[in-house]
Amino acid sequence: MGASLAQLDYMAPSSVDEAVKALMASSAAKVLAGGTDLIVQMRAGRAKPGAVLDLKRIAGAVGIRREADGGFVIGAATPGAAIGEHAALAQAWPGVVEATNLIGSTQIQGRASLGGNLCNASPAADSVPAMIAARAIAVIVGPKGRREAPVETIQAGPGRTTLGPGEFILEFKLPARPARSADAYLRLIPRTEMDIAVVGAGVSLTLNADGSVAEAYVSLGAVAPTCLLVAAAGQALAGTKLEPAALDALDAAARAACNPISDKRGTAEYRTKIAGVLARRSAQIAYDRAKARA
Amino acid sequence: MSDVLDRPDAKAGFATVGTRPVRPDGVDKVTGRAAFGADFAMPGQLTGRVKRSPHAHARIVSIDARKALALPGVKAVVTGADFPDLASEIVEGGEAASNMRDMAVNVIARDKVLYEGHAVAAVAAVSAAIAEEALDLIEVKYEPLAHVIDVEAAMASSAPVLHDHIFTDGVDPKPTLPSNIAKRHQFARGDVEAALAAAEVRVEGRYTTKAVHQGYIEPHACVASMSADGQAQIWSSSQGHFMVRAYSAKILGLDISDIRVTPAEIGGGFGGKTVIYLEPLALALSRQAGAPVKMVMSRDEVFRATGPTSGGVIHVRLGATRDGKITAADVELKYQAGAFPGSPVGAACMTALACYDIADFRIVGWDVVTNSPKVAAYRAPGAPATAFGVECAVDELAKKLGVDPIELRIKNGARDGVKAAYGPTFQNIGYIETLEAVKTHPHYALKLGPNQGRGIAAGFWFNVGGESTAACHIGEDGTATVVTGNPDIGGSRASMAIMAAEVLGIPVDNVRPVIADTASIGYSMLTGGSRTTFATGMAVVRAAEKVVGELKRRAAGVWSVPEDQVAWEGGRAVCLDPAKGDVKPLTLKGLAGMSARTGGPISAEVSLNAQGAGPGFGVHLCDVEIDPETGHVKVLRYLVAQDVGRAIHPSYVEGQMQGGAAQGVGWALNEEYVFDADGKMENAGFLDYRVPVASDLPMIDTVMIEVPNPRHPFGAKGVGEVPIVPPLAAVAIAVSEAVGVRMKDLPLSPPKIRAVLDAKAG
Amino acid sequence: MSKKHITATVNGDPAEFLTDPGTTLLDALRDELGLTGSKEGCGSGDCGACSVIVDGRLVCSCLMLAVEAEGRRIETIEGLAHGSELHPLQQKFLEHAALQCGFCTPGLLVASKALLDANPDPTEEEARYWLAGNLCRCTGYDKVIRAVLDAAAEMRQERRVA
Repeated sequence: MGASLAQLDYMAPSSVDEAVKALMASSAAKVLAGGTDLIVQMRAGRAKPGAVLDLKRIAGAVGIRREADGGFVIGAATPGAAIGEHAALAQAWPGVVEATNLIGSTQIQGRASLGGNLCNASPAADSVPAMIAARAIAVIVGPKGRREAPVETIQAGPGRTTLGPGEFILEFKLPARPARSADAYLRLIPRTEMDIAVVGAGVSLTLNADGSVAEAYVSLGAVAPTCLLVAAAGQALAGTKLEPAALDALDAAARAACNPISDKRGTAEYRTKIAGVLARRSAQIAYDRAKARA
Repeated sequence: MSDVLDRPDAKAGFATVGTRPVRPDGVDKVTGRAAFGADFAMPGQLTGRVKRSPHAHARIVSIDARKALALPGVKAVVTGADFPDLASEIVEGGEAASNMRDMAVNVIARDKVLYEGHAVAAVAAVSAAIAEEALDLIEVKYEPLAHVIDVEAAMASSAPVLHDHIFTDGVDPKPTLPSNIAKRHQFARGDVEAALAAAEVRVEGRYTTKAVHQGYIEPHACVASMSADGQAQIWSSSQGHFMVRAYSAKILGLDISDIRVTPAEIGGGFGGKTVIYLEPLALALSRQAGAPVKMVMSRDEVFRATGPTSGGVIHVRLGATRDGKITAADVELKYQAGAFPGSPVGAACMTALACYDIADFRIVGWDVVTNSPKVAAYRAPGAPATAFGVECAVDELAKKLGVDPIELRIKNGARDGVKAAYGPTFQNIGYIETLEAVKTHPHYALKLGPNQGRGIAAGFWFNVGGESTAACHIGEDGTATVVTGNPDIGGSRASMAIMAAEVLGIPVDNVRPVIADTASIGYSMLTGGSRTTFATGMAVVRAAEKVVGELKRRAAGVWSVPEDQVAWEGGRAVCLDPAKGDVKPLTLKGLAGMSARTGGPISAEVSLNAQGAGPGFGVHLCDVEIDPETGHVKVLRYLVAQDVGRAIHPSYVEGQMQGGAAQGVGWALNEEYVFDADGKMENAGFLDYRVPVASDLPMIDTVMIEVPNPRHPFGAKGVGEVPIVPPLAAVAIAVSEAVGVRMKDLPLSPPKIRAVLDAKAG
Repeated sequence: MSKKHITATVNGDPAEFLTDPGTTLLDALRDELGLTGSKEGCGSGDCGACSVIVDGRLVCSCLMLAVEAEGRRIETIEGLAHGSELHPLQQKFLEHAALQCGFCTPGLLVASKALLDANPDPTEEEARYWLAGNLCRCTGYDKVIRAVLDAAAEMRQERRVA
């Protein structure tokens, strides 16, 4: 435990107002959900907050509920394991759930959250491409009250978010699902588990009655400073039944959007190629799932 | 699935040897009660921390610890100046020799730091937080120097030189300028160039491997206490507490008898805990502070500052006749030693061709220092990387000749009577039997599917004997205690109990094995070199035999017969004297109960230097499937066949075979030290240093061949190290088959495989 | 900074301790409560040697602050056996020789218990993926998985008989 950790202050407010006040009062405070990124960084000396603000006792921060219109609201600090256990959520959003459940080990899943995964702002975060493709909305609370923003607007760059002082994400909203809709998420890692994604691809789509794609959203992770919503990739699928030409166009659009780095986990060249491969495969899985619901 | 295959004439009826009792220390280990290095605490102990170099190579200009010493709660600070300078002295350490001067400087730097993570100072304080704050207050001024890590770059004449006292050993004439090339090894027979030139078929290949870490899950930890009269106690997790005592004594200039080391349970070693890092620091701090000091490494420190094994370059040329007789082999090895000389390249040279009977050969090995942590032994040190090159070359030869790779090895394989490349003539080895077992195994007959490949590779390790002591004490109730001085890293307590029980003729549950501290049992060489079941087992057997001799003597006295009229059968003394008529046998329990009036306590202690360790051979079979679009490798099936001599406890022999194979798979596919441009390790954690996880591996099938070693009472051969030797090649050959291109550079990460496939297509 | 007073239930018993807010649950279990069965292998949530179960969820105790344990129910390796009666998982680990050095064993056992609580009849693949967060360097996992599947079978049998 570092010297800075010995001086750490810990707060566990039970309401949003209390939390926002505490964050505004302490500029060095960082928000704590599952801690599976923050505590690692604190112990390595990469993060040195003077205080941590535990969200988990705030009403609404943990838990999953179904809205009347069929959408879902997920507390930002809900552990991934709970997300995986929610049958209705897994049925409506298999891609979001499988992406979330890929974060780390079973132990990490006992704590890691959508809010933490997004706001840690690693470009390789597993849940984020699936959430972006799903058109998820972040519900943000702060000193100016409540606001909503699409998930793809939250990451500003590696380790940085667009949240303002005193703001944190309370919950996520997933929209109601039209018929014949499904999503999927795939990632490439060197082992079979436990690795940070070298590339991640999330695809969410809705089919017309004739089986052609009505609309599709494609999001890529670990190939740019933030997770990307690749409009051109989604457009490449629109109106198609994922014929080879459509998949080729998808592959090309995915690769064209990449701006990756070369690091100890993969080269830029490799990441770009794999982005195309995973976009294809993820689209195929989402398509097959959607057809099965037709 | 596991089979034990015996040579027909070797099978003997044992009561306990070859059975699978629950290990005697098992309950403690499954309940969390067993105490490992960091689980121990002494009253009043302080916490120690180490300050480490941020530079891969630098001169230490000055160290100012005054602010640290002034911080309330700091009780001691030490630097290199607090340790004696040692003269160059080579000491044997189980398998690797160490130079004490270098080990002392590795423990704490003197005028230079030689790798990122090299210790420069240590503090002891009343809490971890204060100790870490104190580290930040120690001001070290460095003059950074150019660094070099790649082995061939370090050999170049333009390389920055780490030590100006290194003039390459083993070359003639001796160089006049210092370099990073510490030593050239050579083993040769005949005229390899002529034999290669005359060969009808030749293959040649250059293979590379990266530095990999033993990856034990337990970081180094110790508690040390030095009292005012210079007597020291150490609690530490290591592969040899006598080694800890000896090295600590030398590094601090203490008498051996003034240090008492108690072995903690050890959470993995694989050779990496056959040297010391923390104990001398903790002792020196304790001496200064007048209190015990506990030191535990973080995982980051384990990676940055404890020995991985060498990365290297392996160049192989083979020549053969068209009908498959290998006639010539030329092998050149270049191994990283890390910051000080002493890579395992010498041993690598000796193992390189050990599986083969080749008339003309030359094996040259270069030991090269580099600005990376000093390498430490890692399971069959030196052999795996060399076997990677040689076995891939043999496989290439088999493909070129159009012969089955197992048949090629059988045709050229080492067998009894063959003079090994490294000197001895093989006797009682089971290499051919092991090859035959793989050839006839159902796995070998399985058909492969698309994008799948199969690899077969062999491996060898000497195994050693050496010094061990064991004591056997009979309790008043007839139960036995067996005392040894070898830490149990893989279940050896069970084997000691089995062997003692076999000799004494009592149930294994009546034998309790104990691992004693350095003051309570005679000297034992460390647990390593696959020696414990062989050498310490031999001492246990001899001690039990002495006890049996004493029991017979007591019975003879009770019956008033000559000693040669008493036999020991099934745990009882039996009277053979016909003149005595029908005499009821005396059980061990009975004799123990009357020991006081027949002469006193019954116990024996034996110290020996075990000779005749039997070398081991292994053959591995690996099937993989690759995803051609991503380069991802999946291991489908894995078979380990090995000549184990005699499986004293078969479950733990299987465990060694499976564990070694798993480490080899990681070495082949994903493990490597990644350094940045400044020579700092980029992946000093288990996130990006990728050891195999449970979902990466299939079940690992084992076949144990028993060709007993007649030099051991039960025929045991060392088994722990052989299984890490074949897997690098077995996996690489399998991947090469699946990909259609020979892979020569480890690790075989997905980007590498994808790049090879793209090059093949484009 | 003054220490916080934490009250929790550990292995079914009331427990209380003082802790700095920055201390991990792992360090509190080991240093304050003397429960040294949970181990630190990496300190970064990558090896699973520190695995414990909190309110029924398997977690790495090195990635949880001790102060978060307030009011929670914590199960560690020390609570797996009932007195001297070993849990079937512990018994099977011993029978199958599913441990060599034993350092990863507490974490593996706790994780395996969590697996069988969630899924009493796992396939080999399910068991391997569930346990991927528990590194073992000694065994190659073969005997571990056999022990877990055997324990699962025995526990299902016991439930049928009961």
